[in-house]
Amino acid sequence: MPDTPVPAPRGTSDSVAPVLEAVGVSKHFEVRNRGGNNAVVRAVENAGIALHRGRIVALVGESGSGKTTVARILGRFYAPTEGEIRLHGRPVAAGGIARRDYFRKVQLIFQDPFGSLNSLHRVRYTLGRALKLHGHARSRREVEDGVIDLLRRVNLTPPEQYLDKFPHELSGGQRQRVVIARALAVRPEVLLGDEPISMLDVSIRLDVLNLLAKLRDEEGLALLYITHDIASARYLCDEIDVMYAGQLVEGGPKEAVIQSPKHPYTRLLLDSSPDPGRSLAAGSASEGLFTATGELGEPPDPADPPTGCRFHPRCPFAMDECRESFPERTEFPDGQWVHCWLHQKGRAHLLAPAPPAQSLKETRP
Amino acid sequence: MTDPALLQVDGLSVDYLTPQGSARACSDISFTLRRGEILGVAGESGSGKSTLITALTRLQRPPAVTSAGRIVYHPADGEPVDLVAQSERALRRRRWRQLAIVMQSAMDCLNPVMRLGAQFTDVLRTHDPSLDRAAAWQRAGELVRMVGIAPDRLPAYPHELSGGMRQRSLIALALACDPDLVVMDEPTTAVDVVMQRQILAQVLRLRERFGFAVVFVTHDLSLLLELADRIAIMYAGRIVEIGSSADLYHRPKHPYTKGLRDSFPPLHAPLRELSGIPGSPPDLRDPLPGCAFGPRCPRAHAACEQAVPPLRTVEAQDVACVLYDPQNPEATAHA
Repeated sequence: MPDTPVPAPRGTSDSVAPVLEAVGVSKHFEVRNRGGNNAVVRAVENAGIALHRGRIVALVGESGSGKTTVARILGRFYAPTEGEIRLHGRPVAAGGIARRDYFRKVQLIFQDPFGSLNSLHRVRYTLGRALKLHGHARSRREVEDGVIDLLRRVNLTPPEQYLDKFPHELSGGQRQRVVIARALAVRPEVLLGDEPISMLDVSIRLDVLNLLAKLRDEEGLALLYITHDIASARYLCDEIDVMYAGQLVEGGPKEAVIQSPKHPYTRLLLDSSPDPGRSLAAGSASEGLFTATGELGEPPDPADPPTGCRFHPRCPFAMDECRESFPERTEFPDGQWVHCWLHQKGRAHLLAPAPPAQSLKETRP
Repeated sequence: MTDPALLQVDGLSVDYLTPQGSARACSDISFTLRRGEILGVAGESGSGKSTLITALTRLQRPPAVTSAGRIVYHPADGEPVDLVAQSERALRRRRWRQLAIVMQSAMDCLNPVMRLGAQFTDVLRTHDPSLDRAAAWQRAGELVRMVGIAPDRLPAYPHELSGGMRQRSLIALALACDPDLVVMDEPTTAVDVVMQRQILAQVLRLRERFGFAVVFVTHDLSLLLELADRIAIMYAGRIVEIGSSADLYHRPKHPYTKGLRDSFPPLHAPLRELSGIPGSPPDLRDPLPGCAFGPRCPRAHAACEQAVPPLRTVEAQDVACVLYDPQNPEATAHA
């Protein structure tokens, strides 16, 4: 296992232009509901994400929050209903950058490595084809060398051992490495990872995360890491953006977001995530912020979302404003930002100071 | 920890008989579950966790066969019985009332063409024929309220409920006949972290109230560390370490337990580079003569290949590793 450098926190690089950017994108799907009427699912509303060279942005949220839709908009699987995608500042749209040129720069890694590799082809073919199609190798010799180089870059060593394997002969972690190698074959500048480790066994997840960190540090790739696991986002990423029911509610440098969340939903997410270090150290702790409400709130139906801030039905601090309109963005000096009326109305003190660590085991004999 | 034993598992082995030979998915499993205790079982996919669950609940179907061992159940009143030797008829009387299960996929476990309430009254009236329809419906309402679902949702069909509600109603259903033991097989993997925490907090509250014991199987060790009283770590069909959550987290003994613990990045503690466990689990059809973890173990040495290490009591936990064999000269090298 080669040593990879610890992903170090780094400052925001606002001075540098983003490689890939989503500006105010929304995606609405028309669906037919149970009564046979047409309904509009508002999967993503006015989302903005910027990916920079050599940085990893995590997009964190529950299932159904619109994370995957954002990835697919960025991957040009869907055209956004509103807003635009910019690659190196150039808008991507009909008549803009050609699709193949776009895919040459932006590649997607899917969640399921069992479904994203053709089971009839050997690793050599799967990787060699991507090299040939994008003109990075012509002769048989070049293809072979290129494939070996790719396998080496994703730590599948010795590469010769993997060239003639079929996907079923590889473990889940090895397959996901082949998927990453295939994405790298086109020499992209941006990788979009949609839950790239959630189907893998726990013991090999970190290997894949370390590989993504290496690609960022050594090759300067810009990465979007989509996950529901905020602890892995903290491990890998530089910046964390939090999404709830199609709206981006908070974002910023990872330690700022995790150590001092500014949105009640981010707080709820952090309080809910398992953290043995916290609970085993704290022992029995007092009632937390959200257990007191008692009501088991659930994420809203995207076809009929709540008005205003979509979190307000579950929010312990909800005010009249929250029901009426979505709050403006509040910026903090360290680069953190949030969409929450508490900050617009000077009630942010309700969120701070952080409550005592809440243990799952409230009463232990 | 002075509660009486509820379940004593002794030398339990389960084989899968396949045309290519048999694979031993659970091998010589022994542990004691006390009344009201939550025992977590953690391991990677293929480690035999789910096989253990179906063997414990006697729900396994061919090609899985319990080839050795005993599962001794101690009822609150009456003589201990060996579940392995019980007939299907005798087991049926014990199911729901003494032994209940919560499965992973709530959609597959609820009958899609029966109203939620009917699935409760079905269970309640089968096990207590004296209960009339109205009383059973009433009781069903109390059960779903316990898990935070309004009783007016009882007429709903499963597809009309959210994933979290379905999973919570399965938990309520498992508790319908006040069992002594509830076995849970990854009950929260299909729901979000927020819902997961709410469900688990409820399980803990209900456990305080009713005193049932839980065997909780999951791949998510970080969750178990918060939830369980004791944790058994499984690898390649064997328990390699068993001990209290705090001991396993702060003082893991087996190199696999250490690796698994370090596979979960911390949420608040300072970050350091973690590496997981390189390699992949062994093929159970072709077991190694020695420790199955040997090929992936950072501390493997010659003694590991000799024989499968037995579980030994080391300080507060039991661990199956030659590093803790007093006869092994390498053992002293270990801190």
